[in-house]
Amino acid sequence: MATLELDRQTRTASGTGLRSAAVSDDTRDVFVTLTVGGQLCGIPVLVVRDVLGPQMITRIPLAPREVAGSLNLRGRIVTAIDLHARLGLNRSDLRNAMSVVVEHQGELYSLLVDQVGEVLRLDPDLWEDNPPTLEAKWRALSRGVFRQSGQLVVVLDVAAILAI
Amino acid sequence: MDDLLADFLTETAESLSELDTALVRLERAPDDQATLSLIFRLVHTIKGTCGFLGLTRLEKVAHAAENVLGRFRDGALVPTPETITVVLAAIDRIKLILAGLEATEAEPAGDDSALIADLNAVMEGRAPGGAQAAAVVQSAAPVPEPPQGERAAAAGAGAGTSTALPERMEEAHSSPEATTASEAVAASEPAPTAESAVAAQTIRVSVEVLEHLMTLVSELVLARNQLLQLARLQENSPFAVPLQRLSHITSDLQEGVMKTRMQPIGNAWNKLPRLVRDLARETGKKIELVMLGADTELDRQVLEFIKDPLTHMVRNSADHGLEKPEDRRAAGKPETGRITLNAYHEGGHIIIEVSDDGRGLNTRRIAEKAVALGLATEAEIAALSEQSIQQFIFRPGFSTAAQVTAVSGRGVGMDVVKTNIEKIGGTIDLRSREGLGTTITIKIPLTLAIVSALIVEAAGERFAIPQISVVELVRAGGRSETRIERIDSTPVLRLRDRLLPLVRLSALLHLDSAANVFESEAFVVVTKVGAQSFGLIVDRVFDTEEIVVKPVAPILRDITLFSGNTILGDGSVIMILDPNGIARAVGLAATGSAERTAVAEARGDGSMEGGITSLLLFRAGGTEPKAVPLGLVARLEEIENDRIERSGDRFLVQYRGQLMPLVPLSGSFDNTSAGRRPVLVFSDRGRSVGLAVDEILDVVEDRIDVQLVSDRPGIIGSAVIAGRATEVIDTAYWLQLAFDDWFRHGAAQQADRRPRLLVVDDSAFFRQMLAPVLTAAGYEVTTVETAEAALRLRDQGRMFDAVISDIEMPGLDGFAFARAVRSSPPWADVPLIALTGRVSEADLARGRAAGFTDYIAKFDRDALIAGIGQALAAQTVVEAC
Repeated sequence: MATLELDRQTRTASGTGLRSAAVSDDTRDVFVTLTVGGQLCGIPVLVVRDVLGPQMITRIPLAPREVAGSLNLRGRIVTAIDLHARLGLNRSDLRNAMSVVVEHQGELYSLLVDQVGEVLRLDPDLWEDNPPTLEAKWRALSRGVFRQSGQLVVVLDVAAILAI
Repeated sequence: MDDLLADFLTETAESLSELDTALVRLERAPDDQATLSLIFRLVHTIKGTCGFLGLTRLEKVAHAAENVLGRFRDGALVPTPETITVVLAAIDRIKLILAGLEATEAEPAGDDSALIADLNAVMEGRAPGGAQAAAVVQSAAPVPEPPQGERAAAAGAGAGTSTALPERMEEAHSSPEATTASEAVAASEPAPTAESAVAAQTIRVSVEVLEHLMTLVSELVLARNQLLQLARLQENSPFAVPLQRLSHITSDLQEGVMKTRMQPIGNAWNKLPRLVRDLARETGKKIELVMLGADTELDRQVLEFIKDPLTHMVRNSADHGLEKPEDRRAAGKPETGRITLNAYHEGGHIIIEVSDDGRGLNTRRIAEKAVALGLATEAEIAALSEQSIQQFIFRPGFSTAAQVTAVSGRGVGMDVVKTNIEKIGGTIDLRSREGLGTTITIKIPLTLAIVSALIVEAAGERFAIPQISVVELVRAGGRSETRIERIDSTPVLRLRDRLLPLVRLSALLHLDSAANVFESEAFVVVTKVGAQSFGLIVDRVFDTEEIVVKPVAPILRDITLFSGNTILGDGSVIMILDPNGIARAVGLAATGSAERTAVAEARGDGSMEGGITSLLLFRAGGTEPKAVPLGLVARLEEIENDRIERSGDRFLVQYRGQLMPLVPLSGSFDNTSAGRRPVLVFSDRGRSVGLAVDEILDVVEDRIDVQLVSDRPGIIGSAVIAGRATEVIDTAYWLQLAFDDWFRHGAAQQADRRPRLLVVDDSAFFRQMLAPVLTAAGYEVTTVETAEAALRLRDQGRMFDAVISDIEMPGLDGFAFARAVRSSPPWADVPLIALTGRVSEADLARGRAAGFTDYIAKFDRDALIAGIGQALAAQTVVEAC
């Protein structure tokens, strides 16, 4: 299983650094892990463009509750989504939040999370569909679960998350 | 060289080089339809342009070549190397002529008849054989001489190349193969020369490349701003000097790249003369199109955006605006209507005016349509000024053309124009006078990519406001003399004797933690959208900054208060406010639901013609003064609180032997305490109503210029009176509170039928004030806004016992109205009373001559009641006789 430790303060996930880890094989099985509200989650590495430390975020008045604001990523404006709010969790302190920048339909969005973990290749054999009893909010935004040894990794559906 | 010719040469040189390769391609694949079409099109274009420029020789050659190509294209002829050769020879001849043209600006003399005969032979399908080839060679033969001369003259000392030509031509001569001939000509100097001299001065760059450059420069500007911001924090930075230089170069580069995108606005206009000409023929009108400032330059992206709206407006002017020659003659105007386009720069923006001297907008029809479409009720319309009614044409689905014409009625209305203009951050304004014409003024930014914006702060967040809509900045409170005043909870600002409605930005954006925070010190950004002005209250104002507008993310698009976002010099993201969106959100824009300021204008206009009025200022509930026209008040009394009696939910006081209802203007009475309370008494025929107030302040002479309409009952709106924001009370409302009583008495003493009065006054303010007064005096009152509306009532068979009319009105004025009333039977004998702001002997005489029975000054309430009474009495006497 290929793993790659990410530098948490600066971006390394973008461009070649992240890709090279995944390039070897089928990258569809490779996920960036993160924690939100204590839950370990995964996002397909292919949609991830960047991982950022805490950023200065400009609030956007009148925006949906889940939109934390926007931030400047090297000259591009990125809309920050508060994943806590999106998942119906209590709003956390966004000042220390880390960002996973994803690209969706040509636009960049930053998902604000507690921690960004590592880049993992997950074994498709360990995949399970969402348990039917999963809370509705989570069920709507997750595609399934990997039974990793020790803990479960919920795979987030980026398109669903951004359908605010 | 003539610009047109230079353009032609550049363009043709490009076409020709394209032609060469295309023809060669065709030779290899004779059935390549795409290539054939391309070739045909290129030659056709050259031919067309030649004809236009009067280049007959060139045209003839191109025409013959086009014929052959036409046959190829239609499949009548299959291109063979031989036939292609002939065509190539023609192309070469064209190049040759072009070379001469470039050198001397005139077509070189020469005989192309052989070549043309050759081309015609090919066209007619005669097999090109040896004779054909020979003919080609021969046809080429006469040519070299003149070009040689031309070229020698043109090239001057550069004889080296000019001599090469005849040699080559001689080679061609001797060669039996036509291909050689054509190649020889092709290889000879003319074509390359053409490219090197004129063509090299301009190159064609795809718009995409320029757009990309512009984007890069925009980013560079942002990066530069960011660097500068950083450098400012550090004193004596070693980077300061190189950074300064970088900054300058960036600015120059920005300017340079912007320049590449600039095009004269004439480019957007060049189709209009033709359009207008066609329209004139189609509609049987005579139209002159005047274009001023066609060389005013603006960004091509902006140009693209305004092309269609402009065309639409010109089309509108020609189709609806201008009248037919006979109508114009009848109206005393020259037969030829005029549409004027005028473009000029004004402070970083471009102003474009489209005006015509036609019939102007028909306000009445617009009003009717607005009512029919449910955009406004008749009552609302009645209160609107002409200009506000005209704004309805910017509403979706609004077309004033009574019938859809082939020309304009295409389902695209002025709303689309307005939307398109607003999309690029522009504003649109309309002025129209019936019978005199319409002017539409568009204000647009020079470029879309980089705009100048004012950075402000509200509730700790920063926002950018495009400079285009910012009129001025006002500092209020603190040491400044200007203060933000409040009427109830609505903040207003007195600005040069006008009341400016204010909007708190933080409240608008729901950023307030505690509602109704009222800063002692604030800044007001005076913003203008269309004809409406409003002030945005912000906490702080920073610099203006050049910003690059970037669209907001899709999930934020439905927040209409923002037009985009950008990155500031310090690297932070900032939202760009959309003044149009704000105006709509607070209901100020013409497209919004509430035309509050418009109503105010209408009322203001009304009182203006009355000029200076005596006003009673008083206080009732709250500290701000209130006002009522003194003429409406019968008496001022002071009544002891303990004399006020309560009956049910009404208050009464014994007054002059009668019970007088008392209406507390402040909403309630505190009649437990002793003391006296000032009361305004409105009285008629022994019956009175008292309005209880807190304090009588003053009587002043001022004009009522209602600028802010109140939505609270009983208050017409606010005006600046004696230098203070003052609420003008609606006497009608307060008198109605006591009306039951008032009417019961009145009705009991009246005959069965109360005399009917018609009040004609364009001012809603006066109609509202007169109606209750006259009703109270025992009349049945009908009010209309215009003389035309009054005459319609007559035509509907309505009868009145007396008609009271204003003199100064739009459309038919009082005198014309009087004459119309007197001219035909139903109302010919009805007493007609003129109401006017000014009464002079001359006016009286004129009024009598027109047919008025009496002439009464506005606000002279007693005189009016007396005058009506007398007129009716006289009438009764006449009828009795």
